[in-house]
Amino acid sequence: MSDSTAAETLEQTNVPTLSEIFLGFLGIAITGFGGVMPWAQRMLVEKKKWLTPEKFAEDVALAQFLPGPNIINLSIVVGSRWRGPLGSLAAVTGLVGAPVVLMMICGTLYARYGDAAWLSGPLAGLSASAAGLVIAVAAKLATPLLRGKRIMAICFALISFIVIAFLRVPLWWVIFILGPLSVAAFWWRLK
Amino acid sequence: MKDDSPISGFLVQALLVSIVAVGGVNAVLPELHRQVVDIHHWLTDKQFADMFAIANASPGPNMLIITLIGWYLGGFAGAVLATLALCGPTCLLTYCVAQVWEKFKDAPWRIAVQAGLVPVTVGLIAASAYLLARAADHNAVAYALTAATAGISYFTRINPLWAMGAAVAFGYAGFV
Repeated sequence: MSDSTAAETLEQTNVPTLSEIFLGFLGIAITGFGGVMPWAQRMLVEKKKWLTPEKFAEDVALAQFLPGPNIINLSIVVGSRWRGPLGSLAAVTGLVGAPVVLMMICGTLYARYGDAAWLSGPLAGLSASAAGLVIAVAAKLATPLLRGKRIMAICFALISFIVIAFLRVPLWWVIFILGPLSVAAFWWRLK
Repeated sequence: MKDDSPISGFLVQALLVSIVAVGGVNAVLPELHRQVVDIHHWLTDKQFADMFAIANASPGPNMLIITLIGWYLGGFAGAVLATLALCGPTCLLTYCVAQVWEKFKDAPWRIAVQAGLVPVTVGLIAASAYLLARAADHNAVAYALTAATAGISYFTRINPLWAMGAAVAFGYAGFV
């Protein structure tokens, strides 16, 4: 793809190295209390500026629609774009490595003491706060759609929100029916 | 840990969870509970609830409750294998799709797929935010903590860990 070098050099100004990818995702993992997606957005978009908000939204959408944990898929997608297979490996080991070790330590402590009921108070506070973080992620992702007055996108976002939050349809309904419908609508409009 | 180690059966569960985990850990939790507690009796109800709390309270992907259960059932090897079953196959698939995705980044079909999936995903994340808040918020303090964290994260550049730390303290003191 030599004819798109101009665009590529532009994109590559912000390409992190393997160790930067590893450390970046490690940082996301160890700050990632109560869910990791908000911390990924903060690190990748706001602090490191490795991804634009638009690119982040696109990558999250791809990660969401593929099977597997979203955040892990996201690390594979961005890691491979920056540094190929090694980039993916650096991202996913950074993201999962330390928490796995931590889980083993917690598992050992739990096996010894056999009780985590004392966690319920602090966890109630953490959950309330974590929900706020996810609200902020949703708001940050929705802002460009609202600012750009992108009516069709806003409609599909609203339908998706309402059917899951209020009508409580199963998620596969959105993945296999609403997703393709939305794609078809945009395909028809872009043609 | 038991003698007739149920870890091989659990690895199959971890793999299945991974494949259907399109909506994060909350989407697969009921099925995981059914398999691990109700059908196979690998864990008691309390153990499962405790492990869910531990996985949620620790930093990192909440999906790593799978690693924790693997550790409990099969020690070090169990934890590593459960994590690999959770991440390995879907990571390979995602990697392959990502290659195709990059290769066709200027193709009209890809632009349409992307334009179509982004708004649906925004809606999904908004819905999960709503459901998380509804599950977590049972009193005014909890609502205030949710709103304060959302506001700090959206409007300021303050690290939201401060808000989370305060929320944990409020929870520890029994206000939430």
